[in-house]
Amino acid sequence: MTTAPGPTRRRLTRRVLASPLVESLTAPHGVDRFLEHVDPMLTVHSVRARVSEVIHETGAASTVVLEPNDAWRGFRPGQHVQFGVEVDGKRRIRCFSVSSSSQRTDGRFSVTVKAHQDGYVSQYLHRALGDGTLIHLSEAEGGFVLPTEVPDDLVLLSGGSGITPVMSMLRSLRDRGHDRSVTFLHYARSPEDEIFAAELDEIAATCPWVSMCRVYTRAPATGRVQGRFDASHLQQLAIDPSTTLTYACGPAGLIESVRRTYDAAGAGENLLMEYFKVPTVDLDAEDATGTLALDLTGREVPNDGRTILEQAEAAGLTPQFGCRMGVCHTCTVHKLHGAVRNVITGDVRANTDEHIQICINSPVGDVRVAL
Amino acid sequence: MSIASNHDNAPRPLVSDSGARATVGLEYMTYEDLEDFGKQLDEIRQRMLDSLGQEDADYIRGIVKAQSTLETVGRALMFLPFIPPAWLAGVAALSVSKILDNMEIGHNVMHGQYDWMNDPQLNSKMYEWDNVSPSANWQYTHNYIHHTYTNIRGLDRDIGYGLLRIDPDQKWHPAYLGNPLYAVVLMFVFQWGVLVHDLDLDRLQTGEATWAEVKERNSGTLRKVRRQLLKDYVLFPALTGPFFASTMAGNATANVARNVWAFAIIFCGHFPADVESFSEESAENESRGQWYLRQLLGSANITGSKLFHIMSGNLSYQIEHHLFPDIPSRRYPEIADEVRALCERYDLRYNTGPLPRQLGSVAKKIVKYALPNGFWDRLRGGTPEPAPVAYDEPGRAAA
Ligand SMILES: Cc1cc2nc3c(=O)[nH]c(=O)nc-3n(C[C@H](O)[C@H](O)[C@H](O)COP(=O)(O)OP(=O)(O)OC[C@H]3O[C@@H](n4cnc5c(N)ncnc54)[C@H](O)[C@@H]3O)c2cc1C
Ligand code: FES
Repeated sequence: MTTAPGPTRRRLTRRVLASPLVESLTAPHGVDRFLEHVDPMLTVHSVRARVSEVIHETGAASTVVLEPNDAWRGFRPGQHVQFGVEVDGKRRIRCFSVSSSSQRTDGRFSVTVKAHQDGYVSQYLHRALGDGTLIHLSEAEGGFVLPTEVPDDLVLLSGGSGITPVMSMLRSLRDRGHDRSVTFLHYARSPEDEIFAAELDEIAATCPWVSMCRVYTRAPATGRVQGRFDASHLQQLAIDPSTTLTYACGPAGLIESVRRTYDAAGAGENLLMEYFKVPTVDLDAEDATGTLALDLTGREVPNDGRTILEQAEAAGLTPQFGCRMGVCHTCTVHKLHGAVRNVITGDVRANTDEHIQICINSPVGDVRVAL
Repeated sequence: MSIASNHDNAPRPLVSDSGARATVGLEYMTYEDLEDFGKQLDEIRQRMLDSLGQEDADYIRGIVKAQSTLETVGRALMFLPFIPPAWLAGVAALSVSKILDNMEIGHNVMHGQYDWMNDPQLNSKMYEWDNVSPSANWQYTHNYIHHTYTNIRGLDRDIGYGLLRIDPDQKWHPAYLGNPLYAVVLMFVFQWGVLVHDLDLDRLQTGEATWAEVKERNSGTLRKVRRQLLKDYVLFPALTGPFFASTMAGNATANVARNVWAFAIIFCGHFPADVESFSEESAENESRGQWYLRQLLGSANITGSKLFHIMSGNLSYQIEHHLFPDIPSRRYPEIADEVRALCERYDLRYNTGPLPRQLGSVAKKIVKYALPNGFWDRLRGGTPEPAPVAYDEPGRAAA
């Protein structure tokens, strides 16, 4: 098989296109603005991908296989991407962990999404995403990754959809020919809810170095341990927290109890955690819950339900504003995480990485903005 | 980025302690009517915002595509100056590209009309236009000052741009005898006029800002100017090798064509006859309905074909734009039908006309107000209008 322009030539072309000289020629716009009209995948700065396949894993979870363009610099198992999909003209961005092996040779990677009941993007991906859809990505990010030198003993612990980053680690270790001990401890509600069940069966059968333990919290007990996670599970599996590097990802409750267990054993530094900050929206509490994080320096105030502009001013900040009625966009800031309610329309929006007018939006639960 | 540094620039809403209600629009309707009028416009606004979607996204992307294609073609044709029609076509394509970039794309994107798309390329805070004035400066003087204080004498710096006398209430000064000359010169160098205007030097004169503050705010300007000049007058000419001079001339022509066109459209937006201006006191404590009415009375439309509206960035729907500056411009024609109906209902003037008429009206005003109030009418043998109360302009306090 011959690829049309050789990879070296392709790399060189990209280097030229991304050069300061070309940028001076296309100024004040970026070169991508011209390239994308030839083909949206030709961009040299914007990372983009096409959906090559959507695989239904369970009744409520799907794997989205992506073919990224040349701007994608790859990932380390455990990292996540910001995943932007356009629906009705609006780009909705959410974080998803990469779930595939880093050793895949076709250049593709996948994310696996659990559909939340009222979740906008997760439901859309699970039910409506078509092959070929253009996806706007970030580069892979996050420090929840394996060390370059993987130790002799490793625990990969997960709950529910939190299996995705550790599944990527497990798959990558398998494909790299890893042969030292790995304990894979996963909690799901029931076998029907369990993502990747068939592949986990296969790994258990073919990889003697993997100690596979799957726990169903809402089904009759079958295995060595049962029920929700507690310290006894580690004992039964002969895991010594103080000597075992452990990666844990899952719902906040699970992570919290794992953290407490490791802290109690004085093994906090052996535990790396990742949890999916899915914004929880409690409409009964009149939104005045959670914390409003105002900037990247970590300044936080308890959310009192007023608009973000008012709360920021009360905290002594002086954000830019103009009309204070949602018309001039002077007050627009970058919202990194969390859900906000438009006080005029009542709409709740939970996009990651979007711009909001802070004069007409109030936080719903935990919110982080970059003032 | 520290937001705090710009805080002092934020406009003050016009509130006074007196508690007196604003008098804007009372000659047309009662306070109750004004309230109603505001509610109806709010309702249109909400309806439009709720219905934004794929078609609006496709529209603006289509325009961006047309603009980048025209720019590419225009610049490529400059390599063939030995075929005169090719060079001319290149200049034409580049001119149209710059006009689209500044008007239908730049002006509207920078108003936040497409912020809802959450696309960084079409985001008001990130967009940079093909113009020497950096978009951040322009957004400040245009979005905040001009759109908040539209046609309020002494506050809206767009009344005559601190250069021309365009309103009888501006105090006459002999320097204004040059009005027509200034206007013609400004027309050809319009982007530089915008740049100077956006530097906001008046605040220095009036003591509202220190030199350090002005310098800090305009720090990006020099860099932007350099980049713009480098591209049009050095790099692309150099790329065409032996045709350096003809490419440079072509690019300069395209910039001037954009200047003239933008000047014409923009001057027709607020300066034709019968557009009203307001005193600061009359707008203090104004209601939402009064704010809307002030926008309506202070703006004028231009009639024309669909292509004409696109080329004017839909600023030919200046009235609708001032009522709803952050609603995508392609919605203005449908909004216009509803605004006209409202105007009929409340017996309000809806100022519109074809380009030659509106331009003629502006030209006449520029000549008329070059002279002290009343002179023009006497010259023409009529009776002068009653003299209004003169006020001091922001930048001319000392003049
Ligand atoms: C680092 C990181 C990695 C992640 N990796 C993964 C992954 O691998 N797989 C995965 O599935 N997820 C992952 N997530 C979570 C993911 O980013 C999304 O948060 C999740 O998919 C929900 O998005 P959504 O659009 O479906 O829900 P949203 O529409 O954003 O809603 C979020 C929650 O709020 C509720 N809600 C929304 N609107 C309302 C309303 N008006 N009233 C009441 N409730 C409301 C929804 O029920 C939902 O539970 C990760 C998150 C992070 C931060
Ligand atoms: S201050 Fe004008 S939109 Fe928020």
